[in-house]
Amino acid sequence: MALNNPSGAAVTREQELIARVQRGHNDEFYELVRPYERRLFAAAVAILKNEADAEEVVQEAMLKALANIRQFRAEARFSTWLIQITVNEALMRRRRERTVAMEAIDEKQEDEPEYTPRDFADWREIPSEALERKEVRQKLAAALATLDRKYREVFVLRDMEQLNIEETAEALGISVASVKTRLLRARLMLRDLLASGWQQGWFSRLPFEKGTKPWG
Amino acid sequence: MGMTCEHVWREISNYVDGGVEAGLRAAMDEHMRECARCRSVLAGMRDVVRVYGDQRMLDVPSGFGQRLKRRLVRNARQPRWLFWTAWLVPVSAVLLIAGMVGYVNFSGSYHALKSPHAQPGKNIPPQLAVVMQPGARIFHLAGCDLIRNDHDLITMTAKDAIAQGFTPCTRCLRKYLSIVLAPRPPGLDLDGDARPLEALRRP
Ligand SMILES: [Zn+2]
Ligand SMILES: [Zn+2]
Repeated sequence: MALNNPSGAAVTREQELIARVQRGHNDEFYELVRPYERRLFAAAVAILKNEADAEEVVQEAMLKALANIRQFRAEARFSTWLIQITVNEALMRRRRERTVAMEAIDEKQEDEPEYTPRDFADWREIPSEALERKEVRQKLAAALATLDRKYREVFVLRDMEQLNIEETAEALGISVASVKTRLLRARLMLRDLLASGWQQGWFSRLPFEKGTKPWG
Repeated sequence: MGMTCEHVWREISNYVDGGVEAGLRAAMDEHMRECARCRSVLAGMRDVVRVYGDQRMLDVPSGFGQRLKRRLVRNARQPRWLFWTAWLVPVSAVLLIAGMVGYVNFSGSYHALKSPHAQPGKNIPPQLAVVMQPGARIFHLAGCDLIRNDHDLITMTAKDAIAQGFTPCTRCLRKYLSIVLAPRPPGLDLDGDARPLEALRRP
């Protein structure tokens, strides 16, 4: 995608806009942020688990990004830069707000036994149309929310924000090896959660939506 | 089958990411040709990555973009104020952490955090009327920029808000927050915002 190609010869529209904002056209900054705002929100929610706080954090983070836009260097991906600022802001807010007791509980269990998959039935692919339905997306989000935060954060940054392993490690301040271990575990746990979702009918369409009339 | 299922599972996430070297990859492929369980694990994991990676999973509250835009545009017109807040937020965060850590360190009790005095907002006048949004953990003065929806705000006194565990907004209540710097416990590193709380963990 042209937007993510800072080394290419052609100056992209995004690079042009960045240069304009760096020269003081602050009012155009939102246009730069808009393509990524949904990803920024998802990152903040993963860390804070609260939509109102996450929205405030995204706003604060983008004000900081604007204030520091001259420090953005063209070798980096702009989206990654914005996500990292947002993740920092969210982590900072969580540390500020959580009680020490909660923090201690969270950090406690570091070395957990390996996770063994539970469901080995033939995998049924989740139909892409199912994602059109808000209640399906809510079920998926709820499943994700049941993961411990260290797994959830890594999974969201890697698989929803599409950061690579190294960027994920850097954003969260953990090692590449930890990212890999946590990502494996998050993916395996979600797989079992989705398997039980199938059993609970999350992804099955209502009979008459398929064109088979329930009365026919 | 040279590999065990357990070994395949340990590598399966790297496999999905294309991050295993050719020899291991071939051994995994060979195992999976024979093993329906591992094929199921692989197919399910690929589905997890595909489904959660779908753009449609990125829901935002309605009006999110409008509010962000409004906030950015408003600040774009006030560059000097922006410069000031950009510094203020991290500084207040450090002060808040210092305040909490300082208190806990000397009291030695987690429960003490529930006391109003343990909160970073202890200099806020107790009878000051403050507002908060349902579900949020931060309280504000009415009219603060960070309030995103002024329809269903909850109002209470600052004293009650603090007692219930809400945290003061670093924007609108900053003048009460800049003076909560507590004595610094030994070994506290104020440069790294991660370390102070961790340093408190009990052995
Ligand atoms: Zn196997
Ligand atoms: Zn406020």
